Amino acid sequence: MQGHVVPKKIYFFVFGALLALTALTTAMAYVNLGQWNTVVALIIACCKATLVVLFFMHLRWSPRLMRVVLLSAILWLAILISLTTTDFFSRDWTPIPEGWESSQLRLPPLPGSLLHRR
Amino acid sequence: MADSHAASALAHQFEDLDQQHDAASLGMWIFLATEVMFFGGLFAGYTIYRNLYLPGFEAGSHMLNVTIGALNTAVLICSSLTMALAVRAAQMGKRNTLVAFLILTIVLGLAFILVKLTFEWRHDYVEGLAPGLNFTKTKSMELFFCFYFLMTGVHALHMVVGVGVLGVLLVQAWKGRFGPDRYNAVETAGLYWHFVDIIWIFLFPLLYLIGGRY
Repeated sequence: MQGHVVPKKIYFFVFGALLALTALTTAMAYVNLGQWNTVVALIIACCKATLVVLFFMHLRWSPRLMRVVLLSAILWLAILISLTTTDFFSRDWTPIPEGWESSQLRLPPLPGSLLHRR
Repeated sequence: MADSHAASALAHQFEDLDQQHDAASLGMWIFLATEVMFFGGLFAGYTIYRNLYLPGFEAGSHMLNVTIGALNTAVLICSSLTMALAVRAAQMGKRNTLVAFLILTIVLGLAFILVKLTFEWRHDYVEGLAPGLNFTKTKSMELFFCFYFLMTGVHALHMVVGVGVLGVLLVQAWKGRFGPDRYNAVETAGLYWHFVDIIWIFLFPLLYLIGGRY
């Protein structure tokens, strides 16, 4: 009983891919994509994380139970971030203090919107 | 002989070694799920304040050294490779290879922490970028550096814990405690180590590459 022994070749291939993606994400920061820079950086990070999880952490060869745990973690993370951000960005909850430079990324109040009571 | 060895590696509450192995991995995966929530709180806070104070976050991010950040990412990825190879050596019962890869992983982990301390945090402090101590730039930049020090600090703390765990494993591996029937400790430590690597994979673009460098 020694579990699934992964061929060395796979590890080195994943390692090379991770280094290449690190170089790519750094290089992409020097290309002007506007707001898409962040999106591209996050997509590359997700690809790298997937490679690590599937091969280095052996999830590809693990029982389904482990995948359920990971999926539930991702689901809770999605709930945490999406529900918190929707609240913060749809209501004026966070007053900008005097003298703080802020970005006006929040949507302007829609006429008659119930979300924005001023 | 093989049977008695297998029997001694098997705790009495498990049916067989496969079940014991899966139970150990499942435990670590569940712990890692709680860690996702722990870091998730930081990432959620980061997302909100980054969107509220994007100019300050961009200016703060541009104070960081991308080259050192990228090189440190590479160091961490190397340590993940050596960790994966250490688990493989344990599975195959190669004691010397296991010891060598554990040492390599520890050295790479320490290198990451040392670079962080000496080239980054110390440098930031000298530049007057330590929130609450000597911060000299704008308020929203200070907020960015609060997130920067908190997130990289908590990540580095996880690395220190990981190095400690690997140190214990190294002593046990030296004594020849691991083999094809008994490598769950190495495997679960590996899961933790790779998870810490994944956190950095997200921290690097989110902290160092905000707003691009063009």
